[in-house]
Amino acid sequence: MSSVDALHRESAVDLARACAAGERSARSIADAFLARAASVEPGLDAFLELDAARVRAQADAIDARRDRGETLGPLAGVPVAIKDLIAERDAPLTCGSRILENYVSPYDAHVIERLRAADAVLFGRTNLDEFAMGSTTETSAFKVTKNPWDPARFPGGSSGGSAVAVAARMAPLALGTETGGSIRQPASLCGVYGLKTTYGRVSRYGAAAYASSLDQIGPFATSAADLALLLGVIAGRDTRDSTSADEPVPDYAASLGQGVEGLRIGVPREFFGDGVDPEVRATVERAIETLRGLGAETRDVSLPHTEYGIPVYYLVATSEASSNLARYDGVHYTTRADAPDLEHLYTRSRGDGFGLEVKKRIMLGTFALSAGYYDAYYKKAQQVRTLIRRDFDAAFADVDVLVGPVAPAPAAPLGAVVDDALAMYMMDVLTVTANLAGICALSCPAGFTEGRLPIGVQLLAPPFAEPTLLRTAAAFEAATDYSREEPIA
Amino acid sequence: MSAWETIIGLEVHVQLDTATKLFCRCAYEYGGQPNTQTCPVCLALPGALPVLNREALRLGIRTALAVGADVATHTKFDRKNYFYPDLPKGYQISQFDEPFCSGGAITIEFKDGSTKRIGITRIHLEEDAGKSTHRDTGGSVVDLNRCGVPLLEIVSEPDMRSPEEAYRYLTALKLTLRYIGVSDCDMEKGSLRCDANVSVRPRGQEAFGTKVEIKNLNSFRNVQRALEFEVARHTAALEHGSEEIVQQTRLFDATTGETRPMRSKEQAHDYRYFPEPDVPPVTIAGDEVEAIGATLPELPRAKVDRLATAHGLPRYDGWVLAEEPSVADYFEEAVAADAANDPKAVSNWVTNEVKRVLNEGTHTIDAFPIPSGALSGLIAMQRDGAVSATQAKEVFQGMLETGDDAPTVAKARGLEQLSDTDALETAVRAAIDACPKAVADVRAGKEKAKGAIVGHVMKQTRGKANPGVVQQLIDRVLAE
Repeated sequence: MSSVDALHRESAVDLARACAAGERSARSIADAFLARAASVEPGLDAFLELDAARVRAQADAIDARRDRGETLGPLAGVPVAIKDLIAERDAPLTCGSRILENYVSPYDAHVIERLRAADAVLFGRTNLDEFAMGSTTETSAFKVTKNPWDPARFPGGSSGGSAVAVAARMAPLALGTETGGSIRQPASLCGVYGLKTTYGRVSRYGAAAYASSLDQIGPFATSAADLALLLGVIAGRDTRDSTSADEPVPDYAASLGQGVEGLRIGVPREFFGDGVDPEVRATVERAIETLRGLGAETRDVSLPHTEYGIPVYYLVATSEASSNLARYDGVHYTTRADAPDLEHLYTRSRGDGFGLEVKKRIMLGTFALSAGYYDAYYKKAQQVRTLIRRDFDAAFADVDVLVGPVAPAPAAPLGAVVDDALAMYMMDVLTVTANLAGICALSCPAGFTEGRLPIGVQLLAPPFAEPTLLRTAAAFEAATDYSREEPIA
Repeated sequence: MSAWETIIGLEVHVQLDTATKLFCRCAYEYGGQPNTQTCPVCLALPGALPVLNREALRLGIRTALAVGADVATHTKFDRKNYFYPDLPKGYQISQFDEPFCSGGAITIEFKDGSTKRIGITRIHLEEDAGKSTHRDTGGSVVDLNRCGVPLLEIVSEPDMRSPEEAYRYLTALKLTLRYIGVSDCDMEKGSLRCDANVSVRPRGQEAFGTKVEIKNLNSFRNVQRALEFEVARHTAALEHGSEEIVQQTRLFDATTGETRPMRSKEQAHDYRYFPEPDVPPVTIAGDEVEAIGATLPELPRAKVDRLATAHGLPRYDGWVLAEEPSVADYFEEAVAADAANDPKAVSNWVTNEVKRVLNEGTHTIDAFPIPSGALSGLIAMQRDGAVSATQAKEVFQGMLETGDDAPTVAKARGLEQLSDTDALETAVRAAIDACPKAVADVRAGKEKAKGAIVGHVMKQTRGKANPGVVQQLIDRVLAE
């Protein structure tokens, strides 16, 4: 058993086992991660809220239950950091926005209920781009989260706080949400594992909506095994989310040791275009070689509509967002501005409450849905979305998994793209198509730049083929040591 | 015939009688404490998601079948986006281009028995908004109890040609909806609401005139009044150029009986409809529709047709009885209880006395103190001359109060009619002796004078004498 000083380096699998077996108390685990956070969080700003008392109270309750002889759940005593977009009863839920600055959720999201039932310790609320709109975590109204590999750089986004919490080992696990790459991209930029689950795999109930037809909750971890552990807890049908799929939840851990012998891997040529940084390209090509060396077959495939991913995504996502964010109106529970009449109550509350990026997307979506423009924009985008889905269907007829880069480039300096909308939007070019198609995809640590910035490789698989992703990632992890490296923080 | 033709179409919103709301599992009862019948979903809290209440769709299908509409095999929901304080999501989940049913009709019937078919364009499901109350002291308050309650929007074709037809359409629609048990249709509680579209054009012209929508109509009578006001306004404008009719939404003021335009700002809406991504499209199986159809009761017009043909009733009686299916059932049970009774006589009893009592509100037909068989017994007593018409009403009252059958009440209250010839003959002879002038008049051919003699008999018998028997006895004695 390692010392308490190194406890934060242990895997979630080991921590849960040790806690359930009574070898470690949930309290000692919580204290170790709180101590770790106290030491590194000030330089990283991953959390919007981390209430040590609430963390310890949960840990103590878990210990008390074990002391009474109860069998603990699969995440016994394991801290899980939560993106501040996911409702947790009696905890703040800001979505990174001024408009929800003082809002406290009166109910638990489905995934939070699952975590509680699994005896996890809810470990603070992580920073994010406002309402998940951004790719750097810099559009948060409250703080700028730094990349632990280089605090002068952004961690990616929008689930940047969760990625950093795990990368800096302030929590062994975290939950994020994806709409167009918001888990995979920060996972890649921070050197951790991040999974965008199949649309419908995890209930969205309790996750504040950005774009309903694209949003999914997913896990962050430092290994494929830990990722599988958290996925197994949160996946499954929930009758409160009509888009939640009635699909059986497989034993994800069982897929980890299956290897990639004979696995058919497709390499989509559109994922290696001119916009991809040479170091990223080289890293991904090396990863493909590694997988081939492990017995996988590779072949070139084409996803011809990839180039339309960004325009389609920004039409669909912003259209839905313009409607989803209408509830933050200053009337009911959001921050209300002083106003002489109703119209000004709306315009001032929303004008003051939302940040620039959110307003930009609301306006874009409102425009796309407007009379006279609907057919040309929203409807057309949905038609092209179907073509993108068919690209994947065709590719997956011949291969089991697709491999490519996650982000075209490694983490850039803070402020480098946040004010350049197009540059920021293009960072999602290789991730948005998975959301538009509703398939599952994973980011897995695959190497570093010369300047020691992490680079992830993206694995994509058909709907509900998460076991294929985990199996591939686990085989790659076993053959490499990228995921064992730790950031300077 | 007027030179002008009125075109009216109605949009009716009906609140469905489901146990829970359309997209969450909150129960709703009218009149609850404000904001107590809510949950994260209908409050639109961050992260909450709608889940369709399939029972609401089933009630919708039931309605569709009752009006002969085509039920779609595939339907979807859409978001209608607008900001208003009683709409916490900032959008209403409704149905835009793929409603769950289309077509169908309501047949209205006029006093002379003629009928007219009023087409139904479509029926769709949507959620209700909350209720804003603007205080006289300034400021507004919002009650979200009603928010999310399932509504059917029933849109008619522009088939009505007069405010009276609109009134009859509403009455017939409401009766159908109540028959099939989908809604109580109580306008006072807001469970039925109506907006009217009206235009006027020169008779013979094909193009419609300029259309006006009227809102704030809180009773069927007010729908008719508002339409009458608008038709007069449009006609005057067309005839005298008194004003220009512009396409607009107007509010009806029940106090003045007039309409006035809504502020134009409230009318300029682009609802930005798009498919609701949180509620997947719905498939409606043919056998589900069939199963719902199999549970439909006899509908009002079919019932009236049957009452008229099976029992020989005037259609007017049929409609009065059919206003409440259970009243019609009561009538039919009473008729069945004694084949010797005239169904029209039974109908008179039910439509007059029984309905009078029901309208007083202290009794319901389902727990009526006089069982249908007992009413039948009373009618038989009257038929057989055991009680007079006046006595029968007293007996009825007694039965209502005691729950006893007609003979028991009649006996207890001494309300039996004297039909015994021997007993009455003595009284008749005494009356003839006491009324020499009347006797002389009758003998002189003044039949009316007989009334005085009958009156005398009645006085002697304290009203119990059977007037028919008395008449016969007078004739016989005078002929001696």
